[in-house]
This record gives sequence, C-alpha cells and structure tokens, in this order.
Amino acid sequence: MHMADALISPAVGAGMWAATTGIALYSIKKVQYMENHKVPLMAVMGAFVFAAQMINFSIPGTGSSGHLGGGLLLAILLGPYAGFLTMASVLIIQALFFADGGLLALGCNIFNLGFYSCFIIYPLIYRLIVNKKPSTARLFTGTLIAAVIGLQLGAFSVVLETVVSGRTELPFSTFVMLMQPIHLAIGIVEGLVTASIVAFVWQARPEIIEHTSSARGISVSRILAAFALAAILTGGVLSWFASTRPDGLEWSIAKISGQEQLESNGTIHKVLAAVQAKVAFLPDYSFKNSPELPAAGHGQQWPAVNGGTSFAGLIGGIMTLLLAGLAGISIMYIKKLRKAKVFVE
Amino acid sequence: MPTIAESLNNIRLLDELSGQATPVHRLHPLSKLLTTLSFLVVTVSFGKYDLSAMLPLIIYPIALMITGDIPFAPLFKRMLIISPLAIGLGIFNPFFDRTPLIILPWLQISGGWVSFTVIMLKFVLTVLAALILVATTGITGIASALRALRIPKIFVMQLILTYRYIALLLEEVARILLAYSLRSPFSRGVHFNAWGSLSGQLLIKTHLRAQRVYESMLCRGFAGEYNTGSLKRFSLFDLAYFTGFTLFFIAVRYGNIPVRIGASITDLIK
Repeated sequence: MHMADALISPAVGAGMWAATTGIALYSIKKVQYMENHKVPLMAVMGAFVFAAQMINFSIPGTGSSGHLGGGLLLAILLGPYAGFLTMASVLIIQALFFADGGLLALGCNIFNLGFYSCFIIYPLIYRLIVNKKPSTARLFTGTLIAAVIGLQLGAFSVVLETVVSGRTELPFSTFVMLMQPIHLAIGIVEGLVTASIVAFVWQARPEIIEHTSSARGISVSRILAAFALAAILTGGVLSWFASTRPDGLEWSIAKISGQEQLESNGTIHKVLAAVQAKVAFLPDYSFKNSPELPAAGHGQQWPAVNGGTSFAGLIGGIMTLLLAGLAGISIMYIKKLRKAKVFVE
Repeated sequence: MPTIAESLNNIRLLDELSGQATPVHRLHPLSKLLTTLSFLVVTVSFGKYDLSAMLPLIIYPIALMITGDIPFAPLFKRMLIISPLAIGLGIFNPFFDRTPLIILPWLQISGGWVSFTVIMLKFVLTVLAALILVATTGITGIASALRALRIPKIFVMQLILTYRYIALLLEEVARILLAYSLRSPFSRGVHFNAWGSLSGQLLIKTHLRAQRVYESMLCRGFAGEYNTGSLKRFSLFDLAYFTGFTLFFIAVRYGNIPVRIGASITDLIK
C-alpha cells in the first residue's frame, strides 16, 4: 500500500510531510523522557517488523501484497508514540534502500500506515476491546478488528491522496470500489497474522504486552481535539485546492453550475487566497501548467493540441534524449582519460 | 515483495556502493539530500501531459550514476520489482482518457497513453534519485545530514540502529524459514497453525536481543549519544553543486527545452 512519488503532486506531498512531521515531533517530545533502554528496543522491534514482513502473504491476481500489520503491532508492543516513530523509521528505510514508496510520498506513507494504527485505531478500538484486563480472546479480537479498520482507513487515505493529486484518471468512486475490498481481504489476513502473534506472545511472555497495556494511553478528549484541528486544517487545505485547481474540480463545478467560476465572496476564501498568493509556489507547480481537461462551454477542445507542437515536441524529445546520452558518454570518456592519465603517471 | 536474499543483497550492495570514493561520494551529505529533494519536487510537479518537457531531467541520474560509479543493472532490477504499483494505477489512464493529444501525420496518441508514460517516467526518475542518494551517501551520511537539519538525535539514532538490525534480523528470518521449510516439505508458505508461533518466537527472541544489545551498549559507555564521527564542513563546492543542479531543474521546469530545440530545428528545416 506504499504510495509512489510518481502518483502524487508536490502540494499533497508537502501537506502530508507537514502533518507527519508535526505528529513525529510531538511523539519525539513524548518519547524523549522515556527510559534509555527503549531506544534499542524500538530499533530492534522496527527491524523485526521489517523482517517479519518478508514472511508474507500476497493476494494473487491483484498486484498488491498483504504486509504484516506493522504499525498496530508496534503500537501494541511499544506504545503509540514510540510505535509511530519506529514505523516511521521502517518506512524511511524502505523508501531509501528499497525504493518502496518514494521520498516525497514518505509523509503520505507514514501517515497512512503509522498514524491511523498508532493514534486512532490503537487507542480507540484496540484498547477499548482489550480493556484493562487483557485475555487471549480479547487480544485476538481486538487486534484483528483494529488491523482491519486501520488498513481500511489507510487505503481510503491512499485513494484521497491520489485523487487530489490528479495524476491518475481513475474516477474516485471506481478507485474506492477497487481499493477498499482488496484491502479488506488483505486486512483480514494481516489482522489474523498480527492477532496470532500477539496472542502467542501473550501466552508465552505476557510481560511484553502487559507493560504497554498497563501504561497510560492517549486521552480520548485529546484525540477529539486533534480531530477538530485536523478538520479545520483539512477544510482549509481542501478549499485551497478547490480554489487553485483549474482542472478537475473547477471543471466539474462549471459543468454542474453552468458558470465558468463560482464567485467566492467569503472572508475565509479571501484569507486563503491571500495565503495562497504568498505560497503559490506549490499549487502553481502542480496544477496550472499543461493542457488539462477541456473547459466546459468552450468550442475548442484540448487547447494546446496541434500537429505542429506535437511534432516539435517529438523532435525536441528525441534531441534531448540524444543530448542526455551524449552527456553520459562524454563523462565516461573524461573518466577514462583521467584513469589513463593516473596509470601513465 | 522481494525475497529475503534479494533484500539482503540489496542492502549489502548499497552499503558497498556508498563506501566508494568518487567526486559524488565526497560531496557533503546535506548537499546531496537537498539536491535530491529539489529534483523530486520538480519531477513530480510536471503536469500529466508534460512528457517532452520533463525529458531533460534524465541527465541528472545519468550524470550521477556515471560520475559516482553506480552500476545501472541492479538499480533497474529493483525498479522492475516495485513497478507493478505505478503500472497498476497508471494503466487505467489510457482507458479513461482517449482524447488524441499527440497528432502526427502517421500516428495519433491519446492523452491517456501520454499521461501513463509520464507516470512511468516520473516513477523511474524518482526511484533512481532515491537509490542514487543512498548509493552515494550511505545511511551514516544521511543520518548526519538529518542531524545537520536539526532532526532530534533520538530519532536519528533509532533510524541508524533499525537499519543495522534489519540485516541481522533478515538473516534470522531466512534461517527460521529454511528450518520451517525443511520440516514441512511441499508447503508453499507458513501454515495457518504456525502463524503465531513462528513469528511470535522470533519476536520474543528479538525482545531478548534488545535487552542484550542495550546491556552491551552500556558496557561500551553508551550515555544517550550515538557517535557517527565528525561531520565535514559544508564547502563552497557543495553549495555550488546544490545551486547548480537546482537552477538546472528550474530551467527544465519552466523552459520546456525539448520543444524549444524541436521548434528551432523545424524552423531551420522550413
């Protein structure tokens, strides 16, 4: 479920990076005062999740594969804050060394795979089911349900991030109908694996799980406050997109309302427009260039399409590739010359 | 998912490559990290039909791979393994977007195919950029760049340690799976009955290992600081590397160089 850089826009990448950095800094603050021995524990457990994901169950015919519910397992073993940071490290290493999920998409991936399981599912579902008196049955059910819901949230997030980025033509509804059922199947497998591990560890070495389940969790009121903040931010960011995006959204709005652009008189819109003018670098980057969808009501379709431009683009493209190849060959040649020089000396 | 052997090979290969001494390797890690980020931002910022405009970006990975002595084949293999995701999502574009976009006398290509090619090109470029960064900088270099960016040391330390233990645990998982497969011939994976006990035992072993690791760290005088050696100075050359490449990326982003070249050639022909 790792998102790739190629499928997101810089605005979505930056937004999710900002959200993830905020959560990570808060978690670091929380973890900083913990006992020193937890650092190697976090590291080794992160490595465990990474390695255990290799014992995996791919769903044939779908192109996606079911991982072990890493985020939830880490939250159960280390607590939500340390669990989130560990999951972030695992994802950073996967992005850097395995190109599994890109560097720009890292914010999205940490959010989708770490945030939901550690800060939403763990406190609101897992702990609620497991309660203060954990038993094998409760641990198993709690982990299974939590893993399934966590993955559903993550998958839905992937859909939202991809659709807002506007890189794929897949309509929102089709994408959701494709992602959610697949990830329900994956989630059940993941949940069963994670639950079996948790239940086994509980029977063999209960103190490993007891330690974190007895620790103080996150308060529900804090989560609600965070949700409210997130709602305000999302509202702000979404209207920011809506007001900057000339293709999909405005096009459909224009189609529905018959107007080129809806007039916006609200103060929030004005403030956002001012903010947007100041930070226009990102929205401009992602949405304004290139011939986009045809504007409704215009006779002319595909404004930038004409044979001349296509031909110039083709010739120029080939020339660029040749130049790139030539640059490569010349660097190799210079290197060879240098090596030969060293050899002669 | 790659196999354990592939993952281990991959980690070792990148570790080995990052130990070389080429001009790219000698650059300051921070300079390389920032340049990679600016490359990524510019690459993903191209619109969905900007195929020709983004082609000059190919120069960046080519130049770095040749100057940094990085073989193409293993990186390409890595890309093939993870490409299903980008192909899986991008392949829908040709079905949903059939309007002709590139019109040549002998050929018409629909917008969907162009945007699909753009996704694939972006995929190749972004994956290459990330792998090149690691192959020329290494985890310790990246960690020192993160420290230079004022990322809290507890996180950076945990990142390095996680990386170090991944290789160790991968080997352990490989041994466990080998032992399991020897005891359960003809089975294609871990049986449902063993899901909990197989991974659970590894988890308990890992937990015990963490305690031993911490004790040995204390024995060696660990006091909350993981020393990665002194960070070298950010030189003028590092600054020039970052600024030069970033200016080039911006020029590519706004200049549409291929169309300009193509237009001047077609003008000449006329």
